[in-house]
Amino acid sequence: MAASSRAQVISLYRAMLRESQKFPSYNYRTYALRRVRDAFRANGKVEDPKTVERLMEEGRETLGVIQRQEKEQSMMNCDLNTH
Amino acid sequence: MLSPGRTVSSRLLRPGSWLPLRLGSERTAASSLQKELIKKHELEKDELRPLYMDFQATTPMDPRVLDAMLPYQVNYYGNPHSRTHAYGWESESAMETARKQVADLIGADPREIIFTSGATESNNMAIKGVARFYQAKKHHVITTQTEHKCVLDSCRILESEGFSVTYLPVQTDGLLDLELLEASIRPDTSLVSVMTVNNEIGVKQPIKEIGKICRSKGVFFHTDAAQAIGKIPLNVSDWKIDLMSISGHKIYGPKGVGALYVRRRPRVRLEPLQNGGGQERGLRSGTVPTPLAVGLGAACSLAQQEMEYDHHRVSMLANRLVQKIMSEIPDVIMNGHPEQRYPGCVNLSFAYVEGESLLMALKDVALSSGSACTSASLEPSYVLRAIGADEDLAHSSIRFGIGRFTTEDEVDYTAEKCIQQVRRLREMSPLWEMVQEGIDLKSIKWTQH
Repeated sequence: MAASSRAQVISLYRAMLRESQKFPSYNYRTYALRRVRDAFRANGKVEDPKTVERLMEEGRETLGVIQRQEKEQSMMNCDLNTH
Repeated sequence: MLSPGRTVSSRLLRPGSWLPLRLGSERTAASSLQKELIKKHELEKDELRPLYMDFQATTPMDPRVLDAMLPYQVNYYGNPHSRTHAYGWESESAMETARKQVADLIGADPREIIFTSGATESNNMAIKGVARFYQAKKHHVITTQTEHKCVLDSCRILESEGFSVTYLPVQTDGLLDLELLEASIRPDTSLVSVMTVNNEIGVKQPIKEIGKICRSKGVFFHTDAAQAIGKIPLNVSDWKIDLMSISGHKIYGPKGVGALYVRRRPRVRLEPLQNGGGQERGLRSGTVPTPLAVGLGAACSLAQQEMEYDHHRVSMLANRLVQKIMSEIPDVIMNGHPEQRYPGCVNLSFAYVEGESLLMALKDVALSSGSACTSASLEPSYVLRAIGADEDLAHSSIRFGIGRFTTEDEVDYTAEKCIQQVRRLREMSPLWEMVQEGIDLKSIKWTQH
């Protein structure tokens, strides 16, 4: 199994940020954006291909969660914003 | 045009707000109509929701937890105790996975975790259950004055049953005096109950040392870890804890579920509070709510993963808040030990300002003074009284709760608003005027004759 290339990692990162941006709730949106950014930064130096693959898999799963939850929340009209 | 009586939402329409409808797209139009109405209603109230800064009262669910729970609310709805079909098996398997996730967070064995309806039930089970089981030979229970109401109330019930209970005082920094604890343990003591992190002032008790003392004296040690779980590292073996209460909705999990850790080696026996079909080792009968248990498990496993990141962030934000407030306004006291604490629970007393008025002035921030369960009564918090806070300072305290989802902007806004309102309220206060003039308030005789 080929390890994920730099391009794939960046593409996953962008996809996660894009989806996180869609959260209607301020707190979830800011958390998702911040957490994704910090997680990718913290793991930026990982070399071992197995670890990279595992992290990418986790990332893809989380992307799925973000997509489902964001859709759910938009449908429920949870966009009452805070100050 | 809409004719009245055609759709449910038409009853909600106010006169003059007819919205044009295209024929044939009624259903989507109805739901978007609903949305419009709700939006209008909210905007007309001209209210945006306040910032949430009350993470000790409860926490919002982490989206990842909700995601884990949903399949069990929708598709996998079987009773986990049904032995005869796949619905039961898949539900049971999810429940056991959740049990393992909870156990892993605290360093326990999955067989030692009992699912309950929350930390209140767990506390009741632990205290009443242990005391009643061993009552043939043991009649004494020890707890502290700063425990959660459910612990204090359970102890009160035990007293009415003939047990004797010692409510240990705490020092002014909120910590328990270990020598006093050791001296209070009698040969007929069955249980000591001390909470790990206090929900009002955030103080972290020396649980490791207390566990050692209790183990050496052969007394069971129960701790209410609802505010500590998932926020600070806990290990029931290292800390010699025999019983531990866990709450779901304090760690970004669902409300209505919790757990009780009951040690198996050496065995802790309990008289069950809830009898029935013998679920949960016979200690807590009743169908385990699989979706809630799955949520609790997911929340625990997430908490373990995110603990370091969250702790670092929460400490940083709490420091930011406290520094900002204390550098701008004088006479602010932080209640509780400055170091032995969980940083996310900051309890500040603002002298010469009334707590309720400050809370109302900060109406766009959701805060509390004291705990949620005592917020209905007008009395100052018993926890603050127990740490020896002055009566007037106890009335002026506000608890700021910072959590996983708090942002820097929210903290800055809260700090600024707080500073602004405290200044304004102090300006209106005659007590503040007197203090400015150098009068010592304690020297004033308030009575007229």
